[in-house]
Amino acid sequence: MSCATSDLEVQEEEEEEGGGGDHEERAHLEEGGGGGGSFQTQPLRHDDLKEMLDSNKDSLKLEAMKRIVAMIARGKNASDLFPAVVKNVACKNIEVKKLVYVYLVRYAEEQQDLALLSISTFQRGLKDPNQLIRASALRVLSSIRVTIIVPIMMLAIKEAASDMSPYVRKTAAHAIPKLYSLDPEQKDQLIEVIEKLLADKTTLVAGSVVMAFEEVCPERIDLIHKNYRKLCNLLIDVEEWGQVVIINMLTRYARTQFLNPNINESLLEEGSGGDKTFYGSDEDEDEDEEEKEKNAEAPAMAKRKPYVMDPDHRLLLRNTKPLLQSRNAAVVMAVAQLYFHLAPKAEVGVIAKALVRLLRSHSEVQYVVLQNVATMTIKRRGMFEPYLKSFYIRSTDPTQIKVLKLEVLTNLANETNISTILREFQTYIKSMDKDFVAATIQAIGRCATNIGEVRDTCLNGLVQLLSNRDELVVAESVVVIKKLLQMQPEKHSDIIKHMAKLTDNIQVPMARASILWLIGEYCEHVPKIAPDVLRKMAKSFTNEEDIVKLQIINLAAKLYLTNSKQTKLLTQYVLNLAKYDQNYDIRDRARFIRQLIVPTEKSGALSKYAKKLFLALKPAPVLESPFKDRDHFQLGSLSHLLNAKAGGYQELPDWPEAAPDPSVRNVEVKDSVFTLLERVTTLTSVPEWTKCSSREKRKEKKVEKPFYSDSEGESGPTESADSESDSASGSESGSGSEESGSGSESVESEEGSESEEEEEDEEEKNKKKKKKELKKPVQESESEQSSEEEERKPERKSKQRKSDSESESDEEESESESSQSESEDSESEAEIKKKKKAAESKPPTKPVKKENKKEKKEMSLLDLDDFEPAPSPQVTPVNTFLSNSLVTDLEGLSLSDTVLSPATIAPSSALKNYELLHRITGEGLSVEYCFSRQPFSPDANMVAVQMQFTNNATSDTKNLHMEDVKLQSGMRVKEFPEIELLPAGETAAAVMGIDFCDSTQAANFQLCTHTKKFFVSIQPPVGELMRPIFLTENEFKKEQGQLMGMNEITEKLTLDAKCRNEHAIVQRVTTAANLSRVPCGSDKECSPPVPPPDHPIHRFAGRTVTSSSLVLVTVATKEEGAAQLTVNCEKMLIGTMLVKDILLALTQ
Amino acid sequence: MIHSLFLINHSGDIFLEKHWKSVISRSVCDYFFEAREKAVDPENVPPVLQTPHHYLISIYRGKLFFLSVIQTEVAPLFVIEFLHRVADTIQDYFGECSEGIIKDNIVTVYELLEEMLDNGFPLATESNVLKEMIRPPTILRSVVNTLTGSSNVGDTLPTGQLSNVPWRRAGVKYTNNEAYFDVIEEIDAILDKSGTTVFAEIQGVIEACVRLTGMPDLTLSFMNPRLLDDVSFHPCVRFKRWESERVLSFIPPDGNFTLMNYHVSSQNLVAIPVYVKQSISFFETGPCGRLDITIGPKQTMGKTVENMMVTIHMPKAVLNANLTATQGTYTYDLTTKVLVWDIGKLNPQKLPNLRGSLSTQVGVPKPEDNPSLNIDLKIQQLAISGLKVSRLDMYGEKYKPFKGVKYLTKAGKFQVRT
Repeated sequence: MSCATSDLEVQEEEEEEGGGGDHEERAHLEEGGGGGGSFQTQPLRHDDLKEMLDSNKDSLKLEAMKRIVAMIARGKNASDLFPAVVKNVACKNIEVKKLVYVYLVRYAEEQQDLALLSISTFQRGLKDPNQLIRASALRVLSSIRVTIIVPIMMLAIKEAASDMSPYVRKTAAHAIPKLYSLDPEQKDQLIEVIEKLLADKTTLVAGSVVMAFEEVCPERIDLIHKNYRKLCNLLIDVEEWGQVVIINMLTRYARTQFLNPNINESLLEEGSGGDKTFYGSDEDEDEDEEEKEKNAEAPAMAKRKPYVMDPDHRLLLRNTKPLLQSRNAAVVMAVAQLYFHLAPKAEVGVIAKALVRLLRSHSEVQYVVLQNVATMTIKRRGMFEPYLKSFYIRSTDPTQIKVLKLEVLTNLANETNISTILREFQTYIKSMDKDFVAATIQAIGRCATNIGEVRDTCLNGLVQLLSNRDELVVAESVVVIKKLLQMQPEKHSDIIKHMAKLTDNIQVPMARASILWLIGEYCEHVPKIAPDVLRKMAKSFTNEEDIVKLQIINLAAKLYLTNSKQTKLLTQYVLNLAKYDQNYDIRDRARFIRQLIVPTEKSGALSKYAKKLFLALKPAPVLESPFKDRDHFQLGSLSHLLNAKAGGYQELPDWPEAAPDPSVRNVEVKDSVFTLLERVTTLTSVPEWTKCSSREKRKEKKVEKPFYSDSEGESGPTESADSESDSASGSESGSGSEESGSGSESVESEEGSESEEEEEDEEEKNKKKKKKELKKPVQESESEQSSEEEERKPERKSKQRKSDSESESDEEESESESSQSESEDSESEAEIKKKKKAAESKPPTKPVKKENKKEKKEMSLLDLDDFEPAPSPQVTPVNTFLSNSLVTDLEGLSLSDTVLSPATIAPSSALKNYELLHRITGEGLSVEYCFSRQPFSPDANMVAVQMQFTNNATSDTKNLHMEDVKLQSGMRVKEFPEIELLPAGETAAAVMGIDFCDSTQAANFQLCTHTKKFFVSIQPPVGELMRPIFLTENEFKKEQGQLMGMNEITEKLTLDAKCRNEHAIVQRVTTAANLSRVPCGSDKECSPPVPPPDHPIHRFAGRTVTSSSLVLVTVATKEEGAAQLTVNCEKMLIGTMLVKDILLALTQ
Repeated sequence: MIHSLFLINHSGDIFLEKHWKSVISRSVCDYFFEAREKAVDPENVPPVLQTPHHYLISIYRGKLFFLSVIQTEVAPLFVIEFLHRVADTIQDYFGECSEGIIKDNIVTVYELLEEMLDNGFPLATESNVLKEMIRPPTILRSVVNTLTGSSNVGDTLPTGQLSNVPWRRAGVKYTNNEAYFDVIEEIDAILDKSGTTVFAEIQGVIEACVRLTGMPDLTLSFMNPRLLDDVSFHPCVRFKRWESERVLSFIPPDGNFTLMNYHVSSQNLVAIPVYVKQSISFFETGPCGRLDITIGPKQTMGKTVENMMVTIHMPKAVLNANLTATQGTYTYDLTTKVLVWDIGKLNPQKLPNLRGSLSTQVGVPKPEDNPSLNIDLKIQQLAISGLKVSRLDMYGEKYKPFKGVKYLTKAGKFQVRT
């Protein structure tokens, strides 16, 4: 049976191609064949497929759908199965469903009425709680090209555009051009949707909506204003395809909004031809007087006012530059064209390297890139000159690539490199690829015309080629020599003679024609040979090609005019031959010339001027690159490649003469509030984050958040995207209240669990800890922290009220605040506040801080928007209350590995967490500890160890306490109070004190629960064995003087590149050891700042906890990152270890 | 943007078509076939063609043409890059990108294409995301599919698309956690007749194979990052960290991927591992020529050169070659006129030599053009630029992964002119 089936299937295939037909006839033969052949790849008869689709077995349906889709893929017609397929649109099986969608999208257009049956399914899908199902429903619905559902689509798009899920919004953006192509009349409504989506803050949407913008309303550049900065900032995190579209659009935008950065140069160039971009391309002579005046005015204005780049223009250039490093050639090209069209001349060079890199890619990529490079080399030759050798040609390159490289090499040729280029060309001429050889000869010709010095060399080289065995080479040479000779014929009569001899051998018509033209033109230089050539040509006239014939007539006419004695008869003979030629062009020409040159009584006035007509001095041809002036097309575009305007191409506008109002790009405050909400979540997401190397930054991130509303994109792209993936059905189905502040909180908490942003986690944990501690008043020392918490709130509120102008200074202050609080940990919050007030009242101190800020900016996570400090109110700190489940989640991500890299841990937080007990070994109980650097109040000689217990098990843990403490002699421990009950999923914190006796010996003990005992140990880093003390510089020096000799250890080191500023050094040292900074120049605090010395010395002081021995650390910086570290300490062991730790901290 | 895609095999059959907007008749390909005829070599077909109503942008990969139809202005590289991405994805899924493989998996390929573009605009091109939606075939799965009748379509929803690390699929789990990095460098060089370097540069790539559970955050640092002159990254790499610290910090995709491409500054002298002494000459009288090639090690940093191979495209006039090789074997393909000498390992004590006579066509003048030699070679455990990975750190996960770095130097476009 199966045998018969397969036979028939072959027939079936043929039949299908004929377009369906008589299935019924043979249907009975195939009964049962459907199941048996189900794993063969040939398609079954349509009837069988229908039967399979109607069955209730999903597997049969699936098999049928696969076959149908295979038919579609091969381009076969499966449209008559439509009714059977569309029935399955609501199929439960997701695989079947997907394939049905595929089918629907392909055939709905042809079967509009039936397609409508499926619509309700999608409408239902649009309401699904799962964002992915909503998105896919919208995607299929909008792909069905049935005009009748336009209103439904419109509605669906509008709704989806305000969906909570960015993914659905992205799909909505994709749907816009679909609807537009279906019904262009919807344009106005669609623009509204685009406008709305353009305001979206997520990277997921940005690329898609700009694509929609470009397809629907590229002329509405005004929609971009408000979103310009956001787009610039988001750019780096948008997916690569979106990047291309956005960059291309922004190029156009920038051309309309900013001034030409090369304005001054173009004015200079103006004398020598000028840069057209400034004046507009086609201004005719007869333009209005007014117009002219304006033009005259412009340069004057420019001279008066030096060009200053709009900060927004700079922003665009700055934010696109890193994308030159993209792996995607299209992105690199997009950035390259942006720089070419928008950047100041001096900066365009950066793109060369990236473009040259693309030459290693696939040959198609090379092809496109070389075309663009060819255009660029005409305008900006210098940019690619260093990469000359990268354009050298290999024998294995495809011909089209070779020719393009040749073009680039030719464009790059100048006086200095011409000799190398010519040497290179010489090897090319020997190539086997004749088309390429011909192109090389052309290239030599162009070099010769462009560079006077080598003209003779080139000419000689080309003349040598005339004796080449290959006819094509010779012919091409002749053509090029002809052009060259026209420039200085008198010098080269022997070359002309040489070429005259070639007429016997060369058969290529173009070459023959060129030689004849040359002889005719310069017949005076070769008076003897010319008539002879004509004689030979007259002989072979009838066998020549048309272009050669025309040139023979031409030669005859010229000779007749100059040397009629010798050539009169010959000329008449030639003209007679031409008179009866088959080609009417040649007959006409012969008749015309005869009238012109042979004097008769009837001949008109023209014949008097015959000589002037024929032997006029002809200007030498200009050999130009075919890529000249192609740059009026936007580079990288299809139109540029084809050198013709492609459909839908948007012209690259000329620079405006005066910049339009830049304030249109300012974003209103109201907006930034909204931004903020999103940013709270955005900040926690991962992609562009870099590890914070300082606590300050982290603090800044938490506290300052609202101030960088525009730069949010840098740090995190996708709003709530990934949280929703987790809880897609759950959180979204919830009420709309989730969109409010509390909603964003839950979103964040989930995000934390997924995106694993360590520092963020840590921060959250700390806060959590603080919260816990607040609840447990046992630790009185913590009250300080909590009060800090509370004090901040009003602070923030007051900040909200501050005006725009003040917000920037706020920023500085709070930054400096955090930096101070970090270095002078011992100072209370109140003190800091006081200081802050002082700082406010004392403007002179500001500059110092500003500097501070700048330094930070270099490494800052969030690229600060220096020019737009939009103030925005602070959102309630959402991190302070976290669900317990979150903490357990966080637990899994804790930072056991971070020990490896001190840089990743926020300094001065001192809350570097260590693991005491892992969740696995602890059978659900995990314990972490950190050195809180707080004085341990029950015993001042003890180091406070803050512990956090998390119960990950399903059952409660009781009676958590410690036992069996094993210590080195002298060490003491103050145990933490027993924790009675730790319910499942909960966390608890406790503080214990350990007197390490100024040694780094571990404290071992058992951690006991009601059922289990775990052996654990705590070993302190040496830096935790001390507490900061306050010394003035003089005191410090005095003390240091007493701790010389054995007690002083000095090491030379090279500072890590990132750690060369004061700030970083202080941070790193204070991270490594619990010391406080000694203010340098103690008078500095109250007097106007002196400029900081070039090589500042940083001092830190502390005392060991147990013995109160002084620990003095000095870091003296020197030239180029060199530094000297000095540690003075009575306890030599501690000193040695400390040196090691600090060294590590500073050099890594 | 991209309207339709046609896959065309070597002999000009269209064996797959996909339309993202309304259907375009395959007759549009006729313009392409015309150009294909004209171009002789498939490599020489212009990638961008203009027809009265459409633009055709094509790439040539694995003896297949991927031909896309465009109706309006779009950056050509955008399309070309995307088409290559399609080919890469097919290769990633099925191990190779050939006509046979695509035909065998036509439904999967079609579904992939459906997911990769929406209305002609790229939607999901990350292989990790695609694999969540459409599972790649494995032997086990195809057996299971046969028995249960299920297919490759993932029944989970593609959450990766929503994540902010779209290149990594969620919920990765391995029992053996491992991360391998291959530092592969290629020497591109042109040597002239006398053996002097006309042009040489090093192009490197770091291929990674990362199989790590969860969401690891890796940091790869180099001993000497200053060597790197120009770099391009997988989107997972954080630009800023590179800019400021010269380390590669990234959350890797799952599986194989190219982490970074780099270029070693051509200002640095490039060590050329071998030298070639060659003479190829054709005599004016008599239909013959002589060939003599010797290869020896030059700057190999103490490593052995392996997989040495010399390929020469002979002039058309050369009929046959009668040579003797002291090491390895040679073949001469009479139709394509390509001489291949496969040497194998390079022994510094006994230099391999190939010499003998070439017979040329009688009556044809001696070829003027000397062929150039293309050299292939491999050196294990050496990055010729001297680049060294110093360490790989992992954050965000607790387990200790197994880490490995391998170095390899290869000849890229290494050509000796004669």
